[in-house]
Amino acid sequence: MAYSDKVIDHYENPRNVGSFEKNDPTVATGMVGAPACGDVMKLQLKITEEGVIEDAKFKTYGCGSAIASSSLVTEWVKGKTLDEAAAIKNTDISAELALPPVKIHCSILAEDAIKAAIDDYKSKKA
Amino acid sequence: MKLPIYLDYSATTPVDPRVAEKMMQYLTLDGNFGNPASRSHRFGWQAEEAVDIARNDIADLVNADAREIVFTSGATESNNLAIKGVANFYGKKGKHIITAKTEHKAVLDPCRQLERDGFEVTYLDPNDQGIITPEQVQGAFREDTILVSIMHVNNEIGVIQDIAAIGELCRSNKILFHVDAAQSVGKMPIDLKELKVDLMSFSAHKIYGPKGIGALYVQRKPRIRLDAQMHGGGHERGMRSGTLPTHQIVGMGEAFKIAKAEMAQENERIIALRDRLWNGVKDMEEVYVNGSVEQRIAGNLNVSFNFVEGESLVMALKDLAVSSGSACTSASLEPSYVLRALGRDDELAHSSIRFSIGRFTTAEEIDYAIDIINKNIGRLREMSPLWDMFKEGIDLSTVEWAHH
Repeated sequence: MAYSDKVIDHYENPRNVGSFEKNDPTVATGMVGAPACGDVMKLQLKITEEGVIEDAKFKTYGCGSAIASSSLVTEWVKGKTLDEAAAIKNTDISAELALPPVKIHCSILAEDAIKAAIDDYKSKKA
Repeated sequence: MKLPIYLDYSATTPVDPRVAEKMMQYLTLDGNFGNPASRSHRFGWQAEEAVDIARNDIADLVNADAREIVFTSGATESNNLAIKGVANFYGKKGKHIITAKTEHKAVLDPCRQLERDGFEVTYLDPNDQGIITPEQVQGAFREDTILVSIMHVNNEIGVIQDIAAIGELCRSNKILFHVDAAQSVGKMPIDLKELKVDLMSFSAHKIYGPKGIGALYVQRKPRIRLDAQMHGGGHERGMRSGTLPTHQIVGMGEAFKIAKAEMAQENERIIALRDRLWNGVKDMEEVYVNGSVEQRIAGNLNVSFNFVEGESLVMALKDLAVSSGSACTSASLEPSYVLRALGRDDELAHSSIRFSIGRFTTAEEIDYAIDIINKNIGRLREMSPLWDMFKEGIDLSTVEWAHH
C-alpha cells in the first residue's frame, strides 16, 4: 500500500511516544480500539488547572496509519483547551495525512481517543 | 550488499544464470527456435530433442518415467488439470473428494468449482502444527471418494505432509491421490517409484527455473486417465494441447538437473542459514514459530511476533522482502487462512512474517536481517499499549475492549 510522505514521516519518527502516570489527577487517559480489529490506541493528556493541554503522549498497536494518526493528534492537542481539542474532527486528521479510504477508520479512532481522554478527565474531576 | 534483501524464495526465485544461459539458445534465428511438433524438418526435430532431454531431466529428479510428465503453464494449471481432469473422467464412479483447509488456493478453488458442479468435498483440519494425519484422511474415506489431494509442503508454513503414508491408504482403498509438490520438488528427495502417488504437480520458478512453465506427473502403471481441460492440437498425449514452449521447457529441465545435483549440499547450507536467523530472533519474548519445526522444509521460517501489528511490521522491515500473514497486506481483509486453520488467534495471525531462504541468500544478509528485526520489534513494542499491558501482567483476553 502506498502511503503519503506524512504518514511515513510520523511512522518513522513518531512524536510523543510514551506514558504518563495514569493515577495522576492532572492526567487524562483514553484507550480505544481492540486487538482483534487490529488497532488499539492509548492517548494521554496532561492538563493544567486552567484546562489547557500542556503535554500529550500516545502508544498505539496498529498499522502505519493508526500510528501516524495518533502521533499527529498529540502534536495538535498541545496548547489547546479541552473544548478546542474536542473539536478536532477525523476528517481534519485524514485530510492532513492524506489517508486512503480503507484507512479512514484510523482517523476516527484518533478522534475517539481524544474524546475518551476528555471523558476520563471529567469523571476524575467530578 | 544490495537492499532490499530478498527473503521471499517461497514466492518465487530468480532464474539461475546457468538456466538463463541455456534458455537463450532456444529463441532466435541463430538458436533452436523450431516447433517441437514440426515433423517435416530439422528445426522441429532439434526442438523435439531438446524437449525430450528436458523431460528426462525432470523425470529423473523425481524418479519417474519421462512419458509420465505432462507440461503445463505452472503448478496452478497442473492442480486444475489433476483435480478437474480426474473429477470429470471418474465422476460417474463417485462424487466425493478429500483435501485440506491449508491447501493452496490453486487446489481449493478448483474444489470449490467442482462443488458447484455437484461434487462433495471434505476439507480436513490440520492439527496445531499444520499436519494432516493419515488416520484423518482414512477417517474421511467414503464409498464414493474418487480423489484425495494433499500438498507435499505448505507454501506459507513449510510443513511437510506424510504423503508416503497417505498414499498407501489411498492405494489400498483404490482412491486416486494427487499431490501439489510446487514447494517441495528440488528441495527434498521425491521417489515416485516408491511413493503411491498417482498425480503430482510441479512448478519451475520455485527452483530457479523460469515462470510460466510447470508439469503434471500422470502415472502410467496403473494408468491414470484425465479429461483434458485445454483442447486443441492433441499435444502431451491429448492431456494438454498447446505448442510446447521449448525455451521454457529447456529452462525447467536445466533447473531440475541442477537441483538434483546440488540439493543435498544446498539444503545443508540453507538449514544453517535458517537456524542462524531463528537463533538471532528467538530470544526476544513472545516470538513463535508457526507450524511444525521438525517436519519442515529447509528454507521456510514463519514467525509471529506477538503484540506487534503485521502491517506496521512489514513497513518497519522495508529493507527485507518478506511476506506477511496479516490482512492488511492482502486484498482480502482476512488474516492468513492457513494460520487460522492451525488455531492461531487473529492477533498472532496478524503478526506473522514468512521468511524464505534460498540459493543466493548469504550469511551477511541474514545477520543484517536479524539486526533490523530486533531493532524494529523493540521499537514497535515500545510503542504498543498491548505490550505495556502484557508487561504489567494483564491477560488481554480478559480486557473489555471498546469496539468501534
